Amino acid sequence: MRAFLVRRLLSAAALVCVVATIVFFLIHLVPGDPALTIIGEEHATPEKLAAVRSALGLDRPLHVQYATWAAWIVRGDLGRSLVTSRPVRQDLGLRLPRTLELIAAAVGLAVVIGVPLGVVAARHHNGPLDMGASVLALVGVSAPVFVTGTLLVLAFSVQWRLLPSSGWTAVTTDPAGHAARLLMPAVVLSAGMSAVVMRMTRSSLLEVVLQDFIRTARAKGLAERRVLFRHALKNSLIPVVTVIGVQMGNLLGGSVIVEEVFAWPGVSTYLITGVSQRDYPVVQGVVLVICLAFVLINLGVDLLYGFLDPRIRYQ
Amino acid sequence: MKNRLGRAWRNPRITLSAAFITTIIGAGALAGAVAPHSPLEMHPPDRLQAPSSRYPFGTDEFGRDTLSRLLHGTRISLLVAFVAVSLAAVAGTLIGVVAAYYRGWTEIMLMRIIEVILSFPPVLLAIAVIAFLGASIRNVTLTIAVLYTPLFARVAYGTSLRVREMEFVEAARAMGARDPRIIRRTLLPNILAPLMVQFSLSLGFAVLLESGLSFLGMGPPPPAPSWGRMVSSGRHFMELSPWLVIFPSLVILGTVLSFNLLGDGLRDHMDPRLRGAGGRTGNL
Repeated sequence: MRAFLVRRLLSAAALVCVVATIVFFLIHLVPGDPALTIIGEEHATPEKLAAVRSALGLDRPLHVQYATWAAWIVRGDLGRSLVTSRPVRQDLGLRLPRTLELIAAAVGLAVVIGVPLGVVAARHHNGPLDMGASVLALVGVSAPVFVTGTLLVLAFSVQWRLLPSSGWTAVTTDPAGHAARLLMPAVVLSAGMSAVVMRMTRSSLLEVVLQDFIRTARAKGLAERRVLFRHALKNSLIPVVTVIGVQMGNLLGGSVIVEEVFAWPGVSTYLITGVSQRDYPVVQGVVLVICLAFVLINLGVDLLYGFLDPRIRYQ
Repeated sequence: MKNRLGRAWRNPRITLSAAFITTIIGAGALAGAVAPHSPLEMHPPDRLQAPSSRYPFGTDEFGRDTLSRLLHGTRISLLVAFVAVSLAAVAGTLIGVVAAYYRGWTEIMLMRIIEVILSFPPVLLAIAVIAFLGASIRNVTLTIAVLYTPLFARVAYGTSLRVREMEFVEAARAMGARDPRIIRRTLLPNILAPLMVQFSLSLGFAVLLESGLSFLGMGPPPPAPSWGRMVSSGRHFMELSPWLVIFPSLVILGTVLSFNLLGDGLRDHMDPRLRGAGGRTGNL
């Protein structure tokens, strides 16, 4: 177990290093001058541009810039925003918890919606309830988040005026307002994942009930409900956990658009602002942090297997 | 393969989705002839008109006809999706087949590159790349192609690993066939079915990604009509003119749904284990 953990951590660290290197070179090799972004085209003179490039270290050879940047990253320093001059790490520290809250709420909703729907579909498989759940899942997977988001805003905010259309308030100052603003983005973000969780629960459950231990449980005379929930469902959850882990990447991506639709001030709106202002340290920092989160989530999912199924041995 | 595809048309999911996709492709191809107005021509007196006989889907804030813009937008969305997924299919299949066939260092190197690309959340990678390359139809297409290459590579790799061990590949080798010929004539035809399923599913997600990027303002630049941008700009007038977001939303949803339905139908049809009850399953 320990050897597995060390190996996985090393490969995760190597992957993050590769991603960081790609991000660095991607930014530095494409056309565009950060100095010009800071000064603005109308005020740019060769002297001013040279001064800013020198101050930012952009006039040094690329490998020196890379070494300096790598040393910063190792120390956890993501640089400063070219536009606001604030440390990117500080801004991310403020915004990351909001994005994580949105994702956590979406995952929670996906499990609460997807697992029971999957169980219902499996219990009535090939029946009308199964068909209905499958159609719902297909729509959930196919509907772009900006479409469901926009249509929900149209219905619940514009037409019926039940929920605020966008924005964010701190949970400490207005808990009810915070929850009301979290609800629609979380539902929209969870739609795709709910569908995938439902499909996976259904198919996994239908496979598990063919196993010998289920026959044994039934032969012992256990009630069908007990067979389903105590024996079958628990053993069918491993692929569901896997699929949740795999879907986390999609959630991180989906949150970019959801945050934009609902003006949720998380990491993604920070990224979009960074992109529109060509604020390289911001884009670099956000991409790096999200990739790191993605790698850590995958590692966590791998470790969770052993907890859910003690038969799995890490090698 | 031909017979299997022939039988596929009896599956209602496949016929329905194929009919919708054909209609959308036809509408896009004939947009110039069937669109009632120019997609770019502005009619300021007709701003934000509700659906009527003159403007069946209403007009936008510049008085442009929404139906005509949707029809012309079809060309962009589908062209980007088709070209991007086709490029990804060719590149990914080549990588997957070569990695599986030659094994060893070739396999390790190629599949590690694929893993690195997969370690980026796709939307995020697309935004980062387009942020630095600039928003244009070409850049969006290439970005989507790069993002989807690993999916085809993994499918081609997994299937080729299994097929390369089969006796008919061994027989081809024993008969003196060279590697490129074995790959082209023996391996590829036997991995086509899962690749076709992946192609259909990827088209749906490529339409979704392209419209998402357009929604964020990172798709084809204006005034080119694109579905995602239509929803994005329509949101500002949602209270007065909800049709500005409803019609493009429904078209995007219908298109993605059709591609997914087609992919699901083809997968069920081509994988005998999934046919009927959804695989070898028990009862609850």
